Amino acid sequence: MQPLFEFLLRQGDNALVLGHRTSEWCGLAPALEEDIALTNTALDLIGQTQLWLGYAAEVEDTGRSANDLAYLRDAYDFRNLLMLEVPNEDFGRTLMRQFLFDAFQVPWLTALQTSADPRVAEIAAKSLKEATYHLDRSAETVVALGDGTADSNARMQAALDYLWPYSGELFADDETDSAMADGSIAPLPSSLRPAWATTVEDTAKAACLKLPESDFAHSGGRTGARHTEHLGHMLAVMQVLQRSYPGAVW
Amino acid sequence: MALQTITEAQVWTWLEDVPDPEIPVISIVDLGVVRGVDVAGDQVRVTITPTYSGCPAMAIIAMDIETALAKQGVTDLQLETKIAPAWTTDWLSDKGRARLEGYGIAPPQPAGGPARCPRCQSDAVEKISQFGSAPCKAQWRCQSCLEPFDYFKCI
Repeated sequence: MQPLFEFLLRQGDNALVLGHRTSEWCGLAPALEEDIALTNTALDLIGQTQLWLGYAAEVEDTGRSANDLAYLRDAYDFRNLLMLEVPNEDFGRTLMRQFLFDAFQVPWLTALQTSADPRVAEIAAKSLKEATYHLDRSAETVVALGDGTADSNARMQAALDYLWPYSGELFADDETDSAMADGSIAPLPSSLRPAWATTVEDTAKAACLKLPESDFAHSGGRTGARHTEHLGHMLAVMQVLQRSYPGAVW
Repeated sequence: MALQTITEAQVWTWLEDVPDPEIPVISIVDLGVVRGVDVAGDQVRVTITPTYSGCPAMAIIAMDIETALAKQGVTDLQLETKIAPAWTTDWLSDKGRARLEGYGIAPPQPAGGPARCPRCQSDAVEKISQFGSAPCKAQWRCQSCLEPFDYFKCI
């Protein structure tokens, strides 16, 4: 697989899987305003998916479209972070995950704006505006719930403890990342760790939450080597229409 | 019927009559979604940009442009979508901003929140939610007249 295609799948699959997970809240969120916020966030992410996977399909150049990539690949062909595919659980974990991801996306997309690949730079500049807005809200909500009641604090701490071992995968550079860095298409993800850590530490402090000490990191999502059992279940729901009625259109 | 020569200025005028499907009080030109018009003979090329990358109104906007221009006799239309430079609320026209406010939607402000309630003009306003009924709006409330209102997000 060409490194640029692999790189674009990672960007598109992150947006798609988190976008789908977030859309699972539609009609179910704890308050109407939150329901609307979650579905709007999901909509932004699905829009970003169209841009990333659209470009991926062009780079692959085998006649597959963005829709084909989204709806007709199986779990082992997905390149998203494991953190984004695990179930939503409660509202707290959903927002904590959004925050941990947003805290990475903002410096990441900022850096991609100066990519040597002009298409990557364009998509990043468009997505960054949305990611910045998402981070404002997810950080604010993490603080409100962490520094809220004893119950909300305990749930946010549990969410952070659960998600923490998945956060290390954000920074696990591999040969695709090296190829992107060599071509000045993207920086090494590991180079953004200090910026991410500062945001996370500051927000956790304001939210009265304790960062776990372990640096153990699950991996296998962004390489496709080993997804969690949850991704297949999610895809079964997300892809059922195209699998049952191939080529169906609105 | 033979076509008269189409000019770019004419096409812009026609597009000014195409309303935004979500906020019909402003046109897609006032919204800053139309980024360019090129006319070569009978061929018209219109370049549009999405407000938000997932905005579902873009498909409707494309259809509305086709319909509006077809009505004017344009048979050879090329519609292009361009994402760079990324859309910004700075591209809203002054006319568009005034119309938004008259319609009950507070126009975007660089400070990040509405300047005043679009109904009673009070500056005592508070945020209800950063998101609203469309990707481009947030929900605010006036503390004077107590009415909730939409605020056009500033990006």
